Amino acid sequence: MDIFSSLAEQLINGLRTGSIYALIALGYTMVYGIAKMINFAHGDIIMVGAYLLFLLGVGKLGLPTPVVILLAIILCAVLGMLIEKIAYKPLRNAPPLAVLITAIGVSYFLQNFVLISMGATPIPFASMIKVPSLTLGTITVSGITLATLVVTFVCMAGLIFFVQRTKTGAAMRAVSEDRGAAELMGINVNKTISLTFAIGSGLAAVAGLLFISQYESLQPTLGALPGIKAFVAAVLGGIGSIPGAIAGGIILGIIESLTKAYISTQLSDAISFSVLVLVLLIRPAGIMGKMKNEKV
Amino acid sequence: MKKMISTTLATLTLVAALASCGNNANTSGAKESETGSSDAKTSDVSTSSATDVFKVGAIGPLTGPAAAYGISVKQGAQIAIDEINAAGGVTVGDKTYSFEMIFEDDEATEDKAIQAYNTVMDKGINVLMGAVTSGSSIAIADLTKADGIMQLTPSASAENAIKNDNAFRICFSDPEQGVAMADYMIDTLGKTKVAVIYNNADEYSTGLGQAFEEEVAAKGGTVVTSEAFATGDMDFSSQLTKIKGTDAEIIYIPAYYQDATYITKQAKEMGITLPFIGSDGWDGVLGTVTDTTTVEGAIFSAPFSASVEDDHVKTFVDAYKKAYSDAVPDQFAADGYDSIYTFKAAMEKASSIESADLIAAMTEITVNGLTGDNITFDASGAAKKEVRYVKITDGAYAYA
Repeated sequence: MDIFSSLAEQLINGLRTGSIYALIALGYTMVYGIAKMINFAHGDIIMVGAYLLFLLGVGKLGLPTPVVILLAIILCAVLGMLIEKIAYKPLRNAPPLAVLITAIGVSYFLQNFVLISMGATPIPFASMIKVPSLTLGTITVSGITLATLVVTFVCMAGLIFFVQRTKTGAAMRAVSEDRGAAELMGINVNKTISLTFAIGSGLAAVAGLLFISQYESLQPTLGALPGIKAFVAAVLGGIGSIPGAIAGGIILGIIESLTKAYISTQLSDAISFSVLVLVLLIRPAGIMGKMKNEKV
Repeated sequence: MKKMISTTLATLTLVAALASCGNNANTSGAKESETGSSDAKTSDVSTSSATDVFKVGAIGPLTGPAAAYGISVKQGAQIAIDEINAAGGVTVGDKTYSFEMIFEDDEATEDKAIQAYNTVMDKGINVLMGAVTSGSSIAIADLTKADGIMQLTPSASAENAIKNDNAFRICFSDPEQGVAMADYMIDTLGKTKVAVIYNNADEYSTGLGQAFEEEVAAKGGTVVTSEAFATGDMDFSSQLTKIKGTDAEIIYIPAYYQDATYITKQAKEMGITLPFIGSDGWDGVLGTVTDTTTVEGAIFSAPFSASVEDDHVKTFVDAYKKAYSDAVPDQFAADGYDSIYTFKAAMEKASSIESADLIAAMTEITVNGLTGDNITFDASGAAKKEVRYVKITDGAYAYA
């Protein structure tokens, strides 16, 4: 295999991991943009989504695959809204630290709840996405990679269309711009925030589907690492910005893959996080984040 | 109202966290501790002739990603204990002892291992079997030394796990196993160009990988690339793509079965058809793969396979299947079984149940075990026995 097809495969690997990060990062960034909080339980929604796919499908109920996927997305969206109602809404006017700690609490709650109910032993779970792999010359692209790229592209395009072109999307942008003014203009802020959580959590369920189809093993902590990486991606791209989250996720994925391939597998995490530090030193608001002057 | 809901949630979170900790510690301990304390009372009063209890403390993962190892060791050891007790126990001097095991879960983590060790010590154990994994064994090594208790690990293969003179092990050490696999690859399989994927955050994996690489180089083979990953990594596509770009003829993965599951699955997806060789951590891999063809033909070093034609093995496998609803014992179960018989041999040789006497007797005993015919121990604490290999054939384990 020559050096170019090797590079091409590494880039595809990076793109695949990166697009899953981007999908998760969208949840962080939307919630931050609108509710001005970092929802650390977001990574665990991915995990809940993955377990739901298992339980609704081969694990317990044995429903047909499309129904399973649809139901898992809906249930995760409802879970996201519930978490917001129960844990975050009462703290809307509390100091940011209280909300942050609550978010970490919710994350622990979800992990431990699944730990108790499902056990800590990893459960093998065969991929629900069955797409044949594609061979172009010396390059092999696995079916799941193709599916991941297509699904994330569709989700992102759909989300951008929704936010930019629909009335509800405009309401979301307005709330993110200035919550008080939006409320005065007759926008239902509570409903908008709920909807944001629902969409973010629905996307997390999709990420869960792609993630579990890739790795085929369920464990209660599976959402933790991708959650953290996606959070980094969101910050890298500029938290609060949707195109920023997408760019951040893909950049992080590609940096990771290329460092592993050409510099060192041992140092890959250290190097990708150094890039984050560098970017934030040069552009504190992230690649696509808006620089704002703090009003005193 | 809102405040109440959030308070409830917070409490629930706390309860869940606590419950999960408590749960793990109790799964094995609760029942045994009750019987343990009542037995302790009887052994205090009785002077001779009546059966006394010899308590084996044990530490290993019963939950978590390495749970399969701990559960197997526990079940295998229990079979040995039942056999010995059914046959009337062990006679030491004028006393007869029956075995009892107190097993604590450590989730294969160092901090939990120390907690588990303190728990079993509080229950007044005579000897310690454990820990099952290397990291945990090293974590408790100096504590067992300070307490002067005999420590016999069934399966912790890192060199440092038996660095103290009170510690022994049943399984092979990492370097021994790595060297043996390198010899087997070059001499028997006839492959000389190898790619290695190892976990650089894990002592077991790095120990095997290094010894393997040194031996390959010494025998004139080439390690074309050596790729690292960290504990918990799930994505190996970059490492595998790199290997795909080399002229490697075979891939060596000295790691645990969960890692092997991810790697072999992703390799198949990427169109890599190179054969895999692995270490004894692979034992159990058939339980975690979703498609057994991904590991078909893989060979790993392992001292025991349930499918071998041997009367001793067959008796054990039958008893195991009967006791644990048709589960097939793996190498860890055999290690646990041999550990108990090693204690028995040491007790008989030493005519004592004191750890100091048992430790002194260890180099003089020979155990006819499941993981080797005449297992002896040297002064370093290592077991001397021949290395065997298991090949995955038609979705089942078989001796290569």
